[in-house]
Amino acid sequence: MKSELRDLYQEVVIDHSKKPRNFRKPEGANRSAEGINPLCGDEITVYLKLSGDVIEDIGFQGAGCAISKASASLMTAALKSKTKADAEALFQRVHSMVSEGPKSNVNPEALGKLAVLSGVWEFPARVKCATLAWHTLRSALEGSGAPVSTE
Amino acid sequence: MRALREMSGTLDVERVRKDFPILHQEIYGKPLVYLDSAATSQKPRSVIDAIARYYLDDNANVHRGVHLLSQRATEAYEAAREKVQRFLNAAHAHEIVFVRGTTEAINLVAQTYGRGRVRAGDEIVITVMEHHSNIVPWQMLCEEKGAVLRVAPMDDSGTLLLDELEHLIGSRTKLLALGHVSNALGTVHPVRRIVEMAHRRNVPVLLDGAQAVPHLAVDVQALGCDFYAFSGHKLFGPTGIGVLYGRSELLEEMPPWQGGGDMISSVTFEKTTYNKLPYKFEAGTPDIAGAIGLGAAIDYVNALGLRAIAAHEHDLLSYATDALRKVPGLRLIGAAKEKASVLSFLLGEVHPHDIGTILDREGIAIRTGHHCAQPLMRRLGVAATARASLAFYNRREDVDALVAGLKKVREVFA
Repeated sequence: MKSELRDLYQEVVIDHSKKPRNFRKPEGANRSAEGINPLCGDEITVYLKLSGDVIEDIGFQGAGCAISKASASLMTAALKSKTKADAEALFQRVHSMVSEGPKSNVNPEALGKLAVLSGVWEFPARVKCATLAWHTLRSALEGSGAPVSTE
Repeated sequence: MRALREMSGTLDVERVRKDFPILHQEIYGKPLVYLDSAATSQKPRSVIDAIARYYLDDNANVHRGVHLLSQRATEAYEAAREKVQRFLNAAHAHEIVFVRGTTEAINLVAQTYGRGRVRAGDEIVITVMEHHSNIVPWQMLCEEKGAVLRVAPMDDSGTLLLDELEHLIGSRTKLLALGHVSNALGTVHPVRRIVEMAHRRNVPVLLDGAQAVPHLAVDVQALGCDFYAFSGHKLFGPTGIGVLYGRSELLEEMPPWQGGGDMISSVTFEKTTYNKLPYKFEAGTPDIAGAIGLGAAIDYVNALGLRAIAAHEHDLLSYATDALRKVPGLRLIGAAKEKASVLSFLLGEVHPHDIGTILDREGIAIRTGHHCAQPLMRRLGVAATARASLAFYNRREDVDALVAGLKKVREVFA
């Protein structure tokens, strides 16, 4: 297989897309937001159980491509028991990594499992798939609950 | 020559491909396999040359100048209109209105004919298979007028339920608007029968022919439809040009849509007298080069012969249908008896977007998503499909490449 394709569809991505983690509405969730990608019809809802500034629990539901599902799944795994400020910082780093690639000053290795999304930048048409869950997370954190659209 | 080729019904696809410069390139090091002609078709060199020649030799504004260039531009523009007239077998050239595309044509009818005729409580009938461009203009009109949009259903194969459609056409129905060929499923509707059905109840019919004109001969007089819309760019012509055919009696009674130059006979600050057909609907400088390019595209299609094109595509479609059916886990969406060159499908649990990305890296261009037909996707219970669409420049090798590409997709997601 071509190496860029293998960069995009790494085993971890395939695994998370087939068996998404935290694919549920957590009990006691007190924040949520919907995100849609009107171009491909992807729809996702991110749920948060916020206690003060801490994300006690996080989950998501919806339908989407492998990239958007894996990104959402990895995001929920990375953010459990983190603070709002941690989440915002991680949003910035992931966003920079998937949209700018090597030009970004983010070192993918410092991002743990999220590093598997580092191949996305080579597929400009797919950057929105990888960032949908993150934009939706932001809306849920801001508490506006306003639906997020990639367009 | 043309007659001979049409009689034999064969099309030399390798020769045809030489006319399309864009097809001869590599994408990520693989030969381009273009299977997205339902989104937009590729252009033969004769179309590209006609546009270039116009700008190189004849460019001037139409219907205005006394000078020779303006006369040449006007003649070429009006000659293109006559080519469209003959292509659709319209009774008069003034029944052909040049617009930006199918979308603009439908909006024109909604905003003039629709706004003049539709009152609160009236109904407009469409089908569940429509493209957004044949849904939203009617929704906007219904919202403004307090009218009701009624939607004719289909069965699971993507075949329109004619009895149900007939029941929906009632005394409050002001217009029936439907696609001639479904862009997402390829279903060819029995539009002649449907027009008869509507006319028995004095309901006029608009046909969205965007997906029909590249594949089948259209005769608007034989169909009996009141409006017919299509886009140049799906018919191997340029983007930015399209056609609204309307029966003259209807066009005559419709008010103009946009105001401006060219659509007037005389203007004072007190009163403007509108120009005759079709100029009443062509405000402003039109897409002259686009119309000329469309005329060249029609010449090209006529030279190949729509019968030969249809025969080639029919053969290719059945080859592709058989080949895709053999791909493990593949489910074809849309199995109407009468189909044009569209293959919508799902592959196991793999999202169409992922299919599209992997095929792209194999040099294969397909469309993935909702195909601007979200209500249809909802009816089918899917978020999206992958769609391969064929044109006369496609060949069996392209289908084989698609099947091989789908094997790669399965490997990635194994």
